[in-house]
Amino acid sequence: MSFKKILFHGLWKDLPPFRLVLGLCPALAVTSSVENGLGMGLAVIFVLVFSNMFIAMLRKFIPDKVRIASFIVVIATLVVIVEMTMKAFFFPLSQQLGIYIPLIVVNCIILGRAEAFASRNPVLLSMVDGLSVGVGFTISLIVISSVREVLGAGTWFGLRVVWDGFEPFQFMVRAPGAFICLGVFLGLMNAYSRKRGELFIQT
Amino acid sequence: MDLVYLAIAAIFVNNILLAQYLGNCPFCGVSKKLNTAVGMGAAVIFVVTLASIFTWMASRYILVPYNMEFIQTLVFILIIAALVQFVEIFLKKQSKSLYNALGIYLPLITTNCAVMGIALLNIKHEFGFIDMVVFSVASASGFALAIVLFAGIRERMLISPVPRAMRGTAIALVTAGIMSLAFLGFVGMVD
Repeated sequence: MSFKKILFHGLWKDLPPFRLVLGLCPALAVTSSVENGLGMGLAVIFVLVFSNMFIAMLRKFIPDKVRIASFIVVIATLVVIVEMTMKAFFFPLSQQLGIYIPLIVVNCIILGRAEAFASRNPVLLSMVDGLSVGVGFTISLIVISSVREVLGAGTWFGLRVVWDGFEPFQFMVRAPGAFICLGVFLGLMNAYSRKRGELFIQT
Repeated sequence: MDLVYLAIAAIFVNNILLAQYLGNCPFCGVSKKLNTAVGMGAAVIFVVTLASIFTWMASRYILVPYNMEFIQTLVFILIIAALVQFVEIFLKKQSKSLYNALGIYLPLITTNCAVMGIALLNIKHEFGFIDMVVFSVASASGFALAIVLFAGIRERMLISPVPRAMRGTAIALVTAGIMSLAFLGFVGMVD
């Protein structure tokens, strides 16, 4: 793959979680407000870029048999850094995201990129790949959370955006709204991909 | 009586899958057939119970006394990964029938966020030992209940005319949303 392709593949071709159906848990759990979605997205970008960097650096030293365990150790270390940074500088956000911050460790996107890309590519390209997929994920989270926050609470990034007398659907910011919203988004994505003549990638 | 409330709240009201969004990957991945869903549910109950006990003990007797809570995430994921590997090897040697039933689901469980999530929730709620065991078993049973019910619905869905764009994960998530709406009705049961 050329450099340009790697830089942009996370924004459409392998856009998580819409086209690469991985990392559904954070996409459902933290998208009840745009602020949470953005915070989560930035945390994932950080972990993804640096985990790809370290794994690409160590790819010649990690024995094949224990590679998954080694990847998990690298990812977990980075997640601990994110956790401590968030607690120190963004305390309210870290309270809101709660257990979903440590759960970045088991986010399949990060392990997926480590296995599929960083373990067989040079350092700089791996970092670009991490950045691309991470930014794609953040944009997706912002899109989902915008819909949910506007419909469910009548606000966007905490600012009121709807007319007076609008009754917010409580349902959208709670669990059922998350599932249905993401499901409908996947459906729209499929319809659009079909129209462009691309293959389905979900099964 | 408190323990009963705790269990009911963990199974129905705060269902780990449908209210707390944990463990969605296996939920969408292995829910296409009823018997694989039952196998996955059983494997999750088994691993979650063991993992919760070990992580809780590690936290209580090692991390807290030595002021090392900040590496909790790292320690927990290592314990879970090692435990899953160990359980797999043990079952393979000791119990062929159980291994045949649960074996293929075990590697999938390491990256199942429900296991890690329940371990973290145990610490967050500051449970004692008995409460922790009840909560873990009940949460994992909630997961098993949800995935088995869902597999039942999904088997029927195969023969129904779903719009083409919605097939696969999309309709699965919408169905999960409707199930989650039903589970929201349990909120009044425990206050």
